[in-house]
Amino acid sequence: MSKYQVNQKGYYGPFGGAYIPEMLYPNVEELQKKYLSIIQEDNFQKEFNELLRDYVGRPSPLYYAKRLSKKYNANIFLKREDLNHTGAHKINNTIGQILLAERLGKKRIIAETGAGQHGVATATVCALKGLECVVYMGEIDIRRQAPNVARMKMMGAKVVAAQSGSKTLKDATNEALRDWINNPVDTHYIIGSVVGPHPYPDLVATFQSIISEETKKQLFEKTGNSLPDYVLACVGGGSNAAGMFYHFLDDEEVQLIAVEAAGHGVNSGESAATTALGNEGILHGSRSLLMQTKDGQVIEPYSISAGLDYPGIGPQHAWLFKSGRGKYVSVTDDEAMRAGLQLTQLEGIIPAIESSHALAHLEKMQVDKNTNIVVCLSGRGDKDLDNYMKYFGF
Amino acid sequence: MKDSSRLLSIYYTAGYPQLHSTLNIAQKLEQAGVDFLEIGFPYSDPVADGPVIQRSSEKALQNGMTLDVLFKDLKKLREHVSIPVFLMGYFNPVLQYGVENFCKACKEVGVNGAIIPDLPLYEYEELYQKIFEENEIANIFLVTPQTSEERIRKIDELSNSFIYLLSSNATTGKNLNVNDESEKYFKRIKKMDLKNPIIIGFGISNAETFDKATQYAQGAIVGTAFVRMLDESDYENKIDNFIKNIKRGN
Repeated sequence: MSKYQVNQKGYYGPFGGAYIPEMLYPNVEELQKKYLSIIQEDNFQKEFNELLRDYVGRPSPLYYAKRLSKKYNANIFLKREDLNHTGAHKINNTIGQILLAERLGKKRIIAETGAGQHGVATATVCALKGLECVVYMGEIDIRRQAPNVARMKMMGAKVVAAQSGSKTLKDATNEALRDWINNPVDTHYIIGSVVGPHPYPDLVATFQSIISEETKKQLFEKTGNSLPDYVLACVGGGSNAAGMFYHFLDDEEVQLIAVEAAGHGVNSGESAATTALGNEGILHGSRSLLMQTKDGQVIEPYSISAGLDYPGIGPQHAWLFKSGRGKYVSVTDDEAMRAGLQLTQLEGIIPAIESSHALAHLEKMQVDKNTNIVVCLSGRGDKDLDNYMKYFGF
Repeated sequence: MKDSSRLLSIYYTAGYPQLHSTLNIAQKLEQAGVDFLEIGFPYSDPVADGPVIQRSSEKALQNGMTLDVLFKDLKKLREHVSIPVFLMGYFNPVLQYGVENFCKACKEVGVNGAIIPDLPLYEYEELYQKIFEENEIANIFLVTPQTSEERIRKIDELSNSFIYLLSSNATTGKNLNVNDESEKYFKRIKKMDLKNPIIIGFGISNAETFDKATQYAQGAIVGTAFVRMLDESDYENKIDNFIKNIKRGN
């Protein structure tokens, strides 16, 4: 087993574990005991792969972005997760988890969501399987992501506003955990990122690992080499990055670059750049890096991107950062918005603001014309049109 | 823990309603006849708590409550309060304070133990049990209706004060609905004949639920109902009555 993957006790180096109240223990223990054997079953794999192909539309293309490549004098490939059904990588995980929930005999699904992409992806698979769905979403996010709220409702999900704390993703996650405590028997919690108590970080990364599995094959077809020089992905909790890095973790010659949201600037007091601002702590059931006061109170993060507006990162990312395997950088709101507009105008692709963060880092890289770079285009920008319009004054 | 039955414990949040009200409330509770106390130290993300205790934590943090402030406030605890005192809160503030510093500070001011819901059995045993024991700080574990018998036995073995039995699988502040199922659960635990006393918490709010819980356990804990009462402007004068109303069956 790779030294960058979870160990038997649920840890990545010093990070991970399951720091949960006893009320959640039976649920989490059930998952810990069963998740690996269930997802290895033939009938699980068959149904999972069929749905990814016929319902999600996989494999997602690896697109050689010619004009963008010319602009940066490198070979830039975009892994088009934005072309998935529901518009982002999030569906890879929810398909996997709904099949798991079914096999665990669960009747009711809960989820948290930030930008609404995970909420939509969860509502989608619940509609597909006819299961009850409740999505917790910060009150502020409900306002800034109205189209996604409408999509969830249309698919029959109940969207509940999280009104505590900063009223964003962190608080939506708290509310989902509280729901799970109160409904321990019939409910499965589909966490949307590589966060939460073990086994969630590994479970979600495993379902998202299809991204790098396909990328390797596609890159080989295009370049004769399955290994690029760089792989870039944005990180909030870190699920698209975990999937994008997964099959490259042991290829140490591939540089993994994770791009966090600096908001108004790392030192502005309004940021979500966890590796720059955080230290070791516990949030939502795992030990990881966390933005917090010296008294251990979680600091409210800020980013223009609702999907990156989270004060922690998954424990595997904390380990990749600490071990030096990954390079963790950040870009500001302004840099991300400009990169998003640039991609739109050079390639005719409107990226989600989350993905624009990964694109913005291209500007800062030292490369030459032989450098192969894969950027995970984690989602499409339809949900962000309002934000782009306001920002650029269109 | 006093060897008795019908023990009443009260939970309240440190730094609420005022930053330095903690010790004063403790004294009033002891005078009113409470048997032991659980003083909550606030955390920004209290996932096991319902809205009332969430709000008290938020307010306490706004008031400026930290573990540093709390330990300063509790410096003279033992000059004024003689009943056992437990601190209750989430693990992250303890981790930042330093687990060893936390245990030492507890010992110094005379706190008897800690209830940290999100410090699980495995991590406690692997990493922290020694520190707690060296400082003679009891670590209190939670047991729920879903906790397996094997795990309850293990918890009983690791405990040396009391076991915190949750009346149901729920966040704080949901009223206990005593039905066949919960009665069966309480009886099942009672029959296990554990070495540690059982104290029932979550959903205990009045004389009726207190009486019910103490039929099966040595005591019960009231939290949300008391914290809600602290919202009232003249709460200090109401503490005595509040406690007498719960214990009236005595």
